Amino acid sequence: MSELLEVQDLRIRFPAPGGGSSVPVDGVSLRLARGETLALVGESGSGKSLTALALLRLVPPPGKIDPSSRIVLEGLNLLELQGEAMRAVRGGRIGLVFQDAMTSLNPVISIGEQVRETVVAHRSLRGKDARERAVALLDEVGIPGARARYRSFPHELSGGLRQRALIAIALAGEPDVLIADEPTTALDVTVQAQILELLDALRTSRGMAVLLISHDLGLEAGRADRVAVMYAGQIVEEASTSRLFRSPSHPYTRALFGSIPRLESAVDRLVPIAGAVPLPDAWPPACRFHPRCPEVLPRCSVETPPVVPLAPGESSRCWLLVKGAR
Amino acid sequence: MIGSLRDLLRRSWRHSSGRWGVLALTLLILVAAFGPLALPDPAAIPDAVAGATPPSASHPMGTDQLNRDLLSRVVNGARISLSVAALAVLLSLTLGTLVGLVAGYAGGWVDAILMRGVDAALAIPRLFVLLLLLVVWERIPLGALIIVLGTTGWFATSRLVRGEVLRLRHEPFVLASEALGAPGWRTMTRHLLPNAAGPLLVAATLGVGDVILLEAGLSFLGLGVQPPTPSWGGMVLEARPLIVTAPWAALFPGAAIVATVLAVNLLGDALQAALDPRSA
Amino acid sequence: MIRWILRRLLQAAATLVVVVLLLFVLMRLAPGDPLARLVGDRDLAPGEIELLRERYGVGRPVLVQLRSFLAGAARGDLGVSIEHYPDRVTSLLASRLPATLLLGGVVLLLNFTLGIWLGVRQAVRRGSRFDRWTGRLALTAYAMPGFWLGLVLVAFVSLRWQLLPAAQMTDPVLPPDADLGTRLVDLLRHLALPALTLSLTSIALTMRHQRAAMLSVFRLDYVTAARARGLPESQVRWGHAWRNTLVPMLTLLGLWLPILVSGSVFVESVFNWPGLGSLAAQAIASRDYPVLLGTAMLVSGAVVLAGLLADLGYALVDPRVRPS
Repeated sequence: MSELLEVQDLRIRFPAPGGGSSVPVDGVSLRLARGETLALVGESGSGKSLTALALLRLVPPPGKIDPSSRIVLEGLNLLELQGEAMRAVRGGRIGLVFQDAMTSLNPVISIGEQVRETVVAHRSLRGKDARERAVALLDEVGIPGARARYRSFPHELSGGLRQRALIAIALAGEPDVLIADEPTTALDVTVQAQILELLDALRTSRGMAVLLISHDLGLEAGRADRVAVMYAGQIVEEASTSRLFRSPSHPYTRALFGSIPRLESAVDRLVPIAGAVPLPDAWPPACRFHPRCPEVLPRCSVETPPVVPLAPGESSRCWLLVKGAR
Repeated sequence: MIGSLRDLLRRSWRHSSGRWGVLALTLLILVAAFGPLALPDPAAIPDAVAGATPPSASHPMGTDQLNRDLLSRVVNGARISLSVAALAVLLSLTLGTLVGLVAGYAGGWVDAILMRGVDAALAIPRLFVLLLLLVVWERIPLGALIIVLGTTGWFATSRLVRGEVLRLRHEPFVLASEALGAPGWRTMTRHLLPNAAGPLLVAATLGVGDVILLEAGLSFLGLGVQPPTPSWGGMVLEARPLIVTAPWAALFPGAAIVATVLAVNLLGDALQAALDPRSA
Repeated sequence: MIRWILRRLLQAAATLVVVVLLLFVLMRLAPGDPLARLVGDRDLAPGEIELLRERYGVGRPVLVQLRSFLAGAARGDLGVSIEHYPDRVTSLLASRLPATLLLGGVVLLLNFTLGIWLGVRQAVRRGSRFDRWTGRLALTAYAMPGFWLGLVLVAFVSLRWQLLPAAQMTDPVLPPDADLGTRLVDLLRHLALPALTLSLTSIALTMRHQRAAMLSVFRLDYVTAARARGLPESQVRWGHAWRNTLVPMLTLLGLWLPILVSGSVFVESVFNWPGLGSLAAQAIASRDYPVLLGTAMLVSGAVVLAGLLADLGYALVDPRVRPS
């Protein structure tokens, strides 16, 4: 497996109303190889959706990506691209499936048209060929009667079909990386599994890398190869899925699983963690989880914990893992 | 209600356009109120034979076709135009609010009939309604003009107020008032009306600008303020034959209209932005 | 779908009936006798006066008047002109309508193309100098009375600098065998100033509406999503964002008609453009009530029609509105 996407020390700054700035994404590093699925898990406010937008350089103004960040796609430095080159990457090399299909689809344009225009923007297909390709894509994502559905409008479709349409649009540019931002949050439980199956199948059939963003350690995380847990703008733990579910090494991950270390299987109901998720303009000092951590040490509120490597591709940001820290 | 209005005004002061509007308008009102005291009699004709003379030291805006000082005519015209507009808008506001409150609060067939009427009235361009009412008069008294202007401009306001009433009709605080046995009109004035105060103020301000333009137009057609009472529109009408030889006679009154309407609209905009910052 | 159209048609018809009723009430409200002036200005034989009184129903009981008024309106008979007696009002209106349609059409075209483009640009560059200054300029133009701007333009552009003609629709001294090209140029030269006057004084309205509509749409998810697909920015702006502002803009189209019509009364009379506006202005001067009433009725009917067309337009433009 080759290294496809590498993100180093991604930092996003927003100017704060009274001067100064808030940093909702603060030093995120990720690696994605071709053919693998990485799950990025975090609660609302952890900065995961912003991370996804940053990969496409679509951070909403007045937010800015810090120049010390690095985003490299197969050797291509995305932060140095200008205009047309970046446009080609969007959809053409990295596809983004947004969270809410109802608001991410243009309500006055048919879904077929929205797929087709993306095909036209990236492939050198025109007219009838582009239309055929669009129908084929709608079919590929499992929309029954794709040809007839081409002319349907978003409000005429069920939630599951809308999500599939969104995926079709994201695939239209034949991207190497597919980012799915909480693709199942707005869907019924029965449909959730179908969508995830679809994404899995597409990944294999197209040889893509998939970044699956989710707000809990549920279905999405369970299907990934690796999991990165995000808290307060940082990755606090990164591990293979099996290891993470077997023995999570960060107190936050453990809290997410809602139990003490040693887990048999993922739970689908969360036990609430005491306290609230901090806001970007007021990150707690040192370890950002320390105010809510059930295993907090005196050191945690004073010194920022290092990123402790545990195994190849696995790490955790916690003092508990540093020998002699207690 | 007063508190929220004061807050609104304070917020609109932050806008540069609002500030200019308020300043300009205040200046205009002051000039209109006190200017005529310091200026020569607008009806005075020093030298009829001389006709229109260009702007000079003694006549900063020149003189009109009857050699009357244009500056004092324009300033006196300000008095007329501003008071006519203010009074007419006040009348429209009152009528519109009444109808809107009743329609929205009563609902049912009262609402249906009233709104059907308002829809039809809105279909007839206001100018034509005014023309039809005013054209048969030989000489239109100023009071009648104000009443006519006022009674033709309440339709949109009624829709606005009705909209607010409908929006809040079933809110807990309204239902509470009714449950406590408050009569309809009391609920309407104490609870529903204050909420519409903001949009009403914006509509009223912009309405003043509209009425100034309407009155000027009517005066230009001879149907508005009657001579010799100075009005800006009337001055442009009288200056029309001299437009090439003595352009200032038409330029200054017109510029006065532009300045006033612009000031009013800037103020209205700033109020609007203060009400709904998203539209700024 | 058909049922929905029929329902809207019925609603429009009902509104029209109320409009006619309102106009009747206005007519009765206006003090004075519309015929008195006529009698004073002209020498009419006693029999003629009685005939005219019959015609206009003056003196007959209200309900009878109402009935003949309504019947006349339904038939399309709007009475006889006083000034241009015995010309029928309808024929007068018909003869003047084309000129106003031409002027109105050109103004609408100008305003919507320029106004939309400027409004979109303002929204995309919100808060910039361009946004603020175009807004202020447009507002200043909006504050100008149409008759004043028209006069100023005539005075300078036509009379002083002799660049464009000062009045009317065509050059009266154009040779009868002049070719189409010359005629067209002549028409355009006459059209220029009145169209410019009407457009400038009202473009602020279009710009504002477009700007506001664009602002409400531009930050929505589907616009960002369109950008994320790698669509060119111009396509995102026009094909996705602007496309969703068509509904409020259609509403504006419905509001436009009364403004255009009122403005043209002044502008057409200043430029002597032979349309409905100048007809109305002349009717005012000669106190020709039937013509004024007829024009009011025609214009109101057009406004109701425009509203109906706008409603149909919503269904065309926004698939969510269509009754399925």
